[in-house]
Amino acid sequence: MPEFAVELRNVSKRFPGPSGEIVTAVNNVTMQIKDGEFFSMLGPSGCGKTTSLRMIAGFELPTAGEIYIHDRPMGHTPPYKRPVNTVFQNYALFPHMTIGQNVGFGLEMKGVEPKEIQRRSSEALEMVRLAGYEKRMARQLSGGQQQRVALARALVNHPEVLLLDEPLGALDLKLRKEMQLELKRLQREVGITFVFVTHDQEEALTMSDRVAVMSAGNVLQMGAASEIYEKPNCRFVADFIGETNFLEGAVKAQTGRDVDVELAGGLLCRATADEGSQVVSGQKVTVTMRPEKLGLRPWQGADNVYDGRVEEVVYIGTDTHYTVVLAGDQRLRVREQNDDPLSRPLAAIGDAVKVYCDEVSARVLTE
Amino acid sequence: MTKRRSPWLLAVTALVYIFLYAPIIVLIVFAFNSSRTNVVFEGVVNQGDCGPFYWFCQLGRNRELVAAARNTLVVAATSTVASTVIGTMAALALQRYKFPGKAYSEISLYIPIVIPEIVMGVGLLVLYSALFGFINTTFGLNGDNRLSLGLGTVILSHIAFSVPFVALVVRARLQGFDKAVEEAAMDLYANEWTTFWRVTLPIIFPGVMSGALLAFTLSLDDFITTFFTTGPGGTTLPIYVYGLLRRVTTPELNALATIWIVIVFVVLMLSQLAGRRSEAH
Ligand SMILES: Nc1ncnc2c1ncn2[C@@H]1O[C@H](COP(=O)(O)OP(=O)(O)OP(=O)(O)O)[C@@H](O)[C@H]1O
Ligand SMILES: [Mg+2]
Repeated sequence: MPEFAVELRNVSKRFPGPSGEIVTAVNNVTMQIKDGEFFSMLGPSGCGKTTSLRMIAGFELPTAGEIYIHDRPMGHTPPYKRPVNTVFQNYALFPHMTIGQNVGFGLEMKGVEPKEIQRRSSEALEMVRLAGYEKRMARQLSGGQQQRVALARALVNHPEVLLLDEPLGALDLKLRKEMQLELKRLQREVGITFVFVTHDQEEALTMSDRVAVMSAGNVLQMGAASEIYEKPNCRFVADFIGETNFLEGAVKAQTGRDVDVELAGGLLCRATADEGSQVVSGQKVTVTMRPEKLGLRPWQGADNVYDGRVEEVVYIGTDTHYTVVLAGDQRLRVREQNDDPLSRPLAAIGDAVKVYCDEVSARVLTE
Repeated sequence: MTKRRSPWLLAVTALVYIFLYAPIIVLIVFAFNSSRTNVVFEGVVNQGDCGPFYWFCQLGRNRELVAAARNTLVVAATSTVASTVIGTMAALALQRYKFPGKAYSEISLYIPIVIPEIVMGVGLLVLYSALFGFINTTFGLNGDNRLSLGLGTVILSHIAFSVPFVALVVRARLQGFDKAVEEAAMDLYANEWTTFWRVTLPIIFPGVMSGALLAFTLSLDDFITTFFTTGPGGTTLPIYVYGLLRRVTTPELNALATIWIVIVFVVLMLSQLAGRRSEAH
């Protein structure tokens, strides 16, 4: 079995825009999706996620570049000849067919005999916990149920790759969370490569083995969920995934991956640069620190300690968020767990505090 | 919830119904008139083998009329099938493709709906005459081989004026059509052809049926366009009836109209039923 289920090599897609200009929906994207993994494309609206997925499915042809599915170049192969199946955002169930006919459609097109279709369809419906729903019509089901029918309809064909375009977008929060777990379970059970599109970073992080973060048609970073969160390679990724602090500064000294950055207000910050990233003395950089990596309580060997004053305290149950103003009017959001039995705040508005941060938690971003 | 209705409302409703249906009822009643001149009702006819249906039986013996009825049905059936196919394809093309001149082709498609029918009739007549004249002289056709007006030209004309109506009705149905459903079919290994027959057509079928029914009824009672484009052997019922009117009218005409009304009524009921069934779907 080839290592990669799907490979995009320098794929671009340009559309004619409404007033004659050219819209680049996907810009020279290269990505490798490993066989059997849960892969997510994550990015804000209009960044080209759907277009990328539609190119893999064959609904759009790349303007440039090539798409490989298990090492086979797809070229102009029409959708019905590709070994992939899609779960559409609005399910796209056939309204004039029963659930059973919907699920069996792919097998029927492949020429599987009726008995076998029936057996496999009901098996697939069982897998998505809708056993016995064969005779119903699509519109007699709830949104979540239709979603699961759409899943069964795709999975019953045992595709090499399953493409999912924001499949949970139309569900309410609770159902969404349930379906996230369900999808994850299904993926583990069937072992099929899932390519999942979402603009919800939390969803991407919880579900995926690996994530590609996209913006304006480009893939900015690709890696394991934890890698993307802990080691964002640019400001956009750091900002888009989770919550973070940005401090502007200039490089003062550098040895290997340890970088000393001089922040506004003359503060010094010991920070870490990415492997392979080039920083030189005097270069303007951004330092990013996740609020939960910062602390108001001291610990042994903290690399950075800043004096500041508490400006705001927000209690959110499990945690409390403190906004601390440092020298040079820079603000840091600090997140402290409420592990005190009585959840007593560590500081009140106006208190003078010290903020602690390790070198590894302060990441240098060059772009 | 039951609510006392205003007697005025009832009265007005009744009047509207009388206004609508009185002529039809009178027409049907006079189909059973024993008076040949059919000016006043002189009692129910009871003559020959058919008794009160005397005039209906007379109709069946009228060869000209039977021929006209057959022509009408032939024209209506062929033009309905052809215009439904063409109109549906046009609606689909306009719905899903962008092409240069799309706006103009869309407007031009609907022009036959808005221009006076007499203009269309004259236009078609001029077209056929010019075209046939050209072809006849170029290919040296003569005698029976000559192209001339007749049933064929009537059918062509009916197709021409029905296509826009079908396209309009089918497009309305396509407005709510989710293209993702077609993509889903293609994703599930159905090629374009299978996708059309298994997914697209069944979904838009109620629209196509409405279009076909409209085309059928338009063709059935078309007079003006037919009048201009018909020729020997191409007499349809409306043309024939018009011819009758210039002579003397007997209850035979009423019998004909009665059959007509019954057919239309049945077709309407059927289409209503079909519509309800597809809605329940
Ligand atoms: N068929 C098309 N014709 C013209 N422009 C298009 C077409 N499809 C997409 N685009 C443009 O390409 C860009 C990317 O669109 P795409 O649908 O891939 O975004 P997305 O990441 O899926 O966004 P969303 O989260 O809103 O679904 C957008 O600017 C969009 O306007
Ligand atoms: Mg999208």
